[in-house]
Amino acid sequence: MTDVVGTLSSYLSYPFVRYALEVGVLIALCSSLLGTTLVMKRLSFIGDGLSHVAFGAYAVAAVAGLSENMLITIPATVAVAILLLKRGQDAKVRGDAVIAMLSVASLAGGYLLMNMFSTSSNVSGDVCSSLFGSTSILTLSLFEVLCCAAMSVVVVGAFVLLYNRIFSITFDESFARATGIHTSRYNTALAIMVSFVIVMGMSLVGALLLSALVVFPALSAMRVCRTFRGVTICSAIVSVACALAGMLLSMVLSTPVGATIVLLDAVAFGAFTLAGKVSRR
Amino acid sequence: MSYVIAQDLAVGYEGKAVAENISFEVGAGDLLCVIGQNGAGKSTLVKTLLGLIDPLRGTLAFDEGVSASSVGYLPQRGELQRDFPASVWEIALSGNLIHLGRRPFYGPAEKEATRKALERVGAWDLRNQPFSNLSGGQRQRVLIARALCAATRLLVLDEPTTGLDPLAAAELYDTINRLRAEDVGVISVSHDVDAALEHASHVLRVSDKPFFGTVQAWRQLVGGSAVND
Repeated sequence: MTDVVGTLSSYLSYPFVRYALEVGVLIALCSSLLGTTLVMKRLSFIGDGLSHVAFGAYAVAAVAGLSENMLITIPATVAVAILLLKRGQDAKVRGDAVIAMLSVASLAGGYLLMNMFSTSSNVSGDVCSSLFGSTSILTLSLFEVLCCAAMSVVVVGAFVLLYNRIFSITFDESFARATGIHTSRYNTALAIMVSFVIVMGMSLVGALLLSALVVFPALSAMRVCRTFRGVTICSAIVSVACALAGMLLSMVLSTPVGATIVLLDAVAFGAFTLAGKVSRR
Repeated sequence: MSYVIAQDLAVGYEGKAVAENISFEVGAGDLLCVIGQNGAGKSTLVKTLLGLIDPLRGTLAFDEGVSASSVGYLPQRGELQRDFPASVWEIALSGNLIHLGRRPFYGPAEKEATRKALERVGAWDLRNQPFSNLSGGQRQRVLIARALCAATRLLVLDEPTTGLDPLAAAELYDTINRLRAEDVGVISVSHDVDAALEHASHVLRVSDKPFFGTVQAWRQLVGGSAVND
């Protein structure tokens, strides 16, 4: 036990580890806030699709030799997210099909670019870390930490201020439109928030595991809570707890950060499902 | 006084009319029953009434204080997700969104309006219940309360009793009739013509041979027997 504490405190004495923990908690909070809406709007996979787009943009940034890849990944992901959410019902190709096309195309393009033109000596390592997060959370630059912090403030602030609007467009968008609400405005806001979460989440758990961060806490909370506010608060707590525990565990056990967090989220989901069943007896 | 008057309305998408020559009037306490076969354009008419699509021709005039953007609306059953995690209170309260303007949160006025609306449909006792636990009839009443929060005078109900058992349907009509007694005007689209006509004051048939008139006039036209179209 003292060994564990010793390991942890030696880790925590490094400022970059503390940065990583802070950023991880913020990312987990933001992703869980939007999770309920995305799950109920049947957009669980938008996180997956967008994160692959972000991976493609990341590859472009890496090949171009940009040190701050967020300068490319953020605008690219925001643009695609708005495109996806704004297409509306009249589109000829269904939303999930578009997400699938975009995500595989960006994934393939990004991987191709990184293989052909990368200046790095460890291409497969770079690819692996952007897909699974691995150690990248511990190598965040101060710029990235500040970016994440700023984006979290924007996401959390916008979520709180737009909470009642988000509830309405999630529960019954056509009623909201019928009563004169400019739903497309709030869908755009939602798209921007989602892409912020995705760009941030990529650095924590990587592109492939990102959907878990968005979907698991919301689904866990829905097993026990029955009000929108309850689900929102509960999923935020679950998400932050799993992210924090996952990051600390991965230091002690030397496991990959992203995978540890996601597995903890899955375990939490199992526990909440059981609890939900028992409490409804 | 009429809340809404439609004259020679043509409704449809992208310039193509689905239904034409629609004229009707709804005033305080009226229950206009909209009938017509599947595909005749009933839902298109509803969308036009709600301001979701523009009329192709003709006029749709709302009384002052009632506007296309403030019509209370009860969507068709099945359009909503049954497993949605929300309480009755949260859902009814969301009907007030249009009154918020630029404010982010609901204030005492909106909460009071929600309480009144829930009381008017007899769902105040359900306010803390999860929406997913309610019966079909209870759900419809909660959604009517939400519609009342958005608009106090004119309601559009899309297939309000479809899927309800006869008792729940009768209770729903009781609720609707109580609201009519308080001067709410109601437009109801219905498949179940017999039950709907029992309570309606006016009939609008959307078809090649449009009809608008009182229920008595309609019964004379169809010779007392129930004719679906």
